[in-house]
Amino acid sequence: MRIKLDRPQCDGFGVCGLHAPEVFSLDEWGYATLVDRSGEVPARSEAQVRKALASCPVHAITTLDDGS
Amino acid sequence: MTVTAERIGRSAVAAYPQVRHRLLAGVDSREDLAAYLATGGFAPLADPRALAADVDAVRLRGRGGAAFPLGRKLAAVTAAASAAGAVPVVVANGEEGEPASVKDRWLLRHRPHLVLDGLRLAAAVVRADAVHAYVSDGESADSLRTAAAELAARSVWDAGLVVTVVAPGYVAGEETALVRAVNGGPALPTEKPPRPFEAGVGGRPTLVSNVETLAGLALLHRLGAAGYGGPGETFLLTLTGCAAAGLYEVPTGVTLREVLAWRGVDPGGVPGVVMGGYFGGLLGPAALDVPLDHDAMRAAGSGLGCAAIAVIPPADCPVRLAAALMAYFALENAGQCGSCFNGTAAMRVGLDALREGRAGPPEVERLRYLSGFLPGRGACGTLDGAAAVAASLLREFPGVVAGHAGGHGHGRCDACAAPEVPGPPFAVEPPSAAGAG
Repeated sequence: MRIKLDRPQCDGFGVCGLHAPEVFSLDEWGYATLVDRSGEVPARSEAQVRKALASCPVHAITTLDDGS
Repeated sequence: MTVTAERIGRSAVAAYPQVRHRLLAGVDSREDLAAYLATGGFAPLADPRALAADVDAVRLRGRGGAAFPLGRKLAAVTAAASAAGAVPVVVANGEEGEPASVKDRWLLRHRPHLVLDGLRLAAAVVRADAVHAYVSDGESADSLRTAAAELAARSVWDAGLVVTVVAPGYVAGEETALVRAVNGGPALPTEKPPRPFEAGVGGRPTLVSNVETLAGLALLHRLGAAGYGGPGETFLLTLTGCAAAGLYEVPTGVTLREVLAWRGVDPGGVPGVVMGGYFGGLLGPAALDVPLDHDAMRAAGSGLGCAAIAVIPPADCPVRLAAALMAYFALENAGQCGSCFNGTAAMRVGLDALREGRAGPPEVERLRYLSGFLPGRGACGTLDGAAAVAASLLREFPGVVAGHAGGHGHGRCDACAAPEVPGPPFAVEPPSAAGAG
């Protein structure tokens, strides 16, 4: 699974960092950056990342995989 | 922001001894098509692949600031277009957002045909069918439009050049901001991927190249790899902060001490420099003796960037200067990424406290933490540049920082106690190319 985090879109809710702290690093204001800047998600984190993707209030996370 | 910029005079545009007929070429008013053709410009390109091979052979790198190899960019655009079955677009980027740099606007105002010749060659190498130029300077835009009309009238190159003019801004020249603006949006950066080589203008693979880089490509075509590269290679340096402020064409690998000696400036007592542009951060006096090339500067913990070099005056203070630079970043960032607008504001608070003598060791430690944590957390490089200012102050000037961190106003030096100077530090404007006066 490969994702994109649109940081200009991110509003700092920090929900992604709660669901998948291995993948999303939050700054002290709640704004996220991908730990692995390539967007590759380790298989063990996929379920948490899907929760983050679904619950981001501003839809700043998208998947770059076709059909997923 | 109100810009209080010093205008570089024509007499302060000069080529280093033994540098002849390359980028500045003795031009002091706008070079028209006839004059440019007389230099051998717009010669037919028989073999685009051979030119691309020469680009790799001389290791031509981007002069916009990132020093990205042009050959890799050309190859990436070509490959992306081939994979997508699309025809590429090429864009000359002349949006010189760096306040302490004038080289791009000087080239566009004075030698538009040299830049367009390079754009023509780049378009031929990647087989683009649409050519653009992107600027914020009105005189540059006029110069380009006149040049395109001259080229079409003489049937030299009629490519339908599209000139996009945006409001000047520090982030406006970033390549994704360029793509967004040419596509009709605001001149603000976007998240990557996609990068412009994948999906740029009109969604097509797009080569975005700085105008000095394109001028270099035109020179390479005229001179060949042997004539262009090696010891003869030059670049444009915008020098500020000293009596010899100006635009100079110097050989790659010369030292700043040598440049200052040539211009008659005594570097004694100079505390350091702002290297490569605001984003390159500060360096101590050892920077005077580092060869001005990308690799040596990187090894010294900075970068040649867009080769805007400000000499810190002996009476100035690196702490005051870092605070002024951070104030600029805090105001001029795109206001898009939370880590950037919060991070630059937080570093500004720390540096202002240091300048005002209100900071102690905890504030210095917080600056150290922020400048290490924040890089890479923005969609563009602005936050990295801001963090580099804070990090380089702490790394290069530990004694000065410690002297300012006594708290309760004890550490204030004369420069920091003086009234704040408004506007971006070392801001300069290029000379006009109009008329011969």
